[in-house]
Amino acid sequence: MSAEVELQNVSIAFGNFYAAKNVNVKIGAGEFFSFLGPSGCGKTTLLRAVSGFLEPSQGKVLIDGQDMSGIGPNKRPTSLIFQNLALFPLMSVADNIAFSLEVRGHDKTSRRKRADELLDLVALNGQGDKKVHELSGGQKQRVAIARALAVEPKVLLLDEPLSALDLKLRQKMRTELRAIQQRVGITFIYITHDQGEALTMSDRVGVMNDGELEQVGTCYDVYEAPCTPFVATFVGENNAFFGKVEKVEGGKVKVQTGGSSFIGQAGLGLDNKNYKFKAGDEVIMFVRPEAISLKGNSKKAQNSFSAEVKTIEFEGNLKNIFLRSAEDVDIRFSVPSSSDTSGMEPSKNVSLSFSQDNAVVLPTGALALD
Amino acid sequence: MNSFYKKNGPVIATFFLVAIIFWLIFLIVIPQLYMLDLSFRPNLPPLLRGGPDDVYTLTHYKHFLYGSETSKDAYNYVDIGVFLDTIITAVLVTVINLCFCYPIAFYIAKLATPNTARLLVLALVIPFWINELLRSFAIRILFAGEGVINNILLELGLITTAVNFIALDIALYTGLTYAYILLMIFPLYNALETLDTNQLEAAKDLGSSTVRTHWRIVIPHAKAGIASGCTMVFMLTAGALATPVVLSSPNTYWFTQLIYQWFNMNDNWSRGSAYSIILLVVSVTFVLLMMRLFKVTIGEVVR
Repeated sequence: MSAEVELQNVSIAFGNFYAAKNVNVKIGAGEFFSFLGPSGCGKTTLLRAVSGFLEPSQGKVLIDGQDMSGIGPNKRPTSLIFQNLALFPLMSVADNIAFSLEVRGHDKTSRRKRADELLDLVALNGQGDKKVHELSGGQKQRVAIARALAVEPKVLLLDEPLSALDLKLRQKMRTELRAIQQRVGITFIYITHDQGEALTMSDRVGVMNDGELEQVGTCYDVYEAPCTPFVATFVGENNAFFGKVEKVEGGKVKVQTGGSSFIGQAGLGLDNKNYKFKAGDEVIMFVRPEAISLKGNSKKAQNSFSAEVKTIEFEGNLKNIFLRSAEDVDIRFSVPSSSDTSGMEPSKNVSLSFSQDNAVVLPTGALALD
Repeated sequence: MNSFYKKNGPVIATFFLVAIIFWLIFLIVIPQLYMLDLSFRPNLPPLLRGGPDDVYTLTHYKHFLYGSETSKDAYNYVDIGVFLDTIITAVLVTVINLCFCYPIAFYIAKLATPNTARLLVLALVIPFWINELLRSFAIRILFAGEGVINNILLELGLITTAVNFIALDIALYTGLTYAYILLMIFPLYNALETLDTNQLEAAKDLGSSTVRTHWRIVIPHAKAGIASGCTMVFMLTAGALATPVVLSSPNTYWFTQLIYQWFNMNDNWSRGSAYSIILLVVSVTFVLLMMRLFKVTIGEVVR
């Protein structure tokens, strides 16, 4: 049984400081939804409002259409998994998991039975009698999930649960979490600052910045069609060309940047319609690193420019090449490590190009800080 | 030891060592040993001490149990009665103290804003700048026949004649409970402060009531603090002298008052020492038994 969660005009203020400003989103039943954003953007605050530990200063939280104002966390059909897991150190694993059942007065045998079932679900068979401190980080994670699922909530809320784990474990847990969600079928609301996590696990992503929900969409939407410069630079890497609109023709926008002119597509706004630009508008043209190639390598690339190679980074499967264009713009693009980069050494000038279809033009705004 | 010297330098390390040894041996161990020795010696006038009559004897301990040779009772009911009364009252006072201080400590540690917490701690500490004797007298005045509490109750019409709080031992219990609240609150506060607030929220999120959260999560975590506080309050209450003297009624008597009598009024230091040793041994045994019962180790308590 899962529930849909809706936030209507939710604002949360602490004195004069607004942690969340006018957030509107509808999360479907059984959906894996992630709130993605940098530290301090308000995503934890939103989660606490959904779970019942905070009341919104304005707006409403609705679960399955029912207004949750005044209903405490123990009475909502939600379960919260804390960032530091908050497992009970003086109880065994099975007691931790069965705690919510103990609270509801179930007898010892049925509690143990349910705990064992949940241990199977999270692949921790037979670990029930261990103490919490005897488990590894990933195992503790799974105990926390089992504990939250014991009362069969309709919505599971996860507060950056993987942030304390090392990379390999995080990647493994991503797949497992997604699998558990599919198996159990309930709504997962997940918050993280790691866009890799958000993109690989979620059905939809909500990108937050400074208390505002900048964009909500599927992983593809948020990556390929960002609505704001913040989303364009926070999700994945992006090259930003600041400039002015020269002219608009058909669906294409010609942007004057530095000494060159590039042609790109107008981006989609929040209303799902392309931005309408006119000559003289301040804009930013965004080109993903993977869309840039050496001139001559791709026939479709109509925009070209030259740049000086600054550094080359080896990241295992990719080589990241950092350059500075003639107009003093920092560019980066990546190639598979196996490809031939013989022409590219630091302080060498190269010619690069990209296609019009891969350039997104958005109204100017603040970028995500590195 | 070597690393201690290296870390702190020879001068400071030596000072620490000497100071601690001096304090332990001269101020604690030797006086106690001397008292233990004295308790086994007969009460002789100064001239006869060290002479042939000065042999080890159990006569003082016998007196505690069986009374004097001239008494007709099988056992020394008076002294034993006073002793048991003292111990039982000390236990009750400890329990009341704990019940009173636990919510306060929890509130300061977990629920209060920093400003409120500071104000509360100040309000708790400031009265203790006034010495114990004056505080006890103040409580006595509060509970007296024409005292503040009786006056208020009479004004409100809740009672028709003044209540003798002192004879009912209410004044005594109040005074003793209040005397050592700081010793209970601070160990409790320290233990509770280390509790992860997220655990309380997690318990609430899972549906736990406040009572259950405390019973299953907070109290097990604070066990060492509770043990530490209770130990100190019990030991100090059983050994208190000033407060029981000020607040006791004619029918209550504190064991320490007996000891005081032997030392100061009867000039029988040996007997006084014996009674002190009895109080010490029974108190320590009691505390150790309780620790065993609640599965707390000395290391945890001291921390």
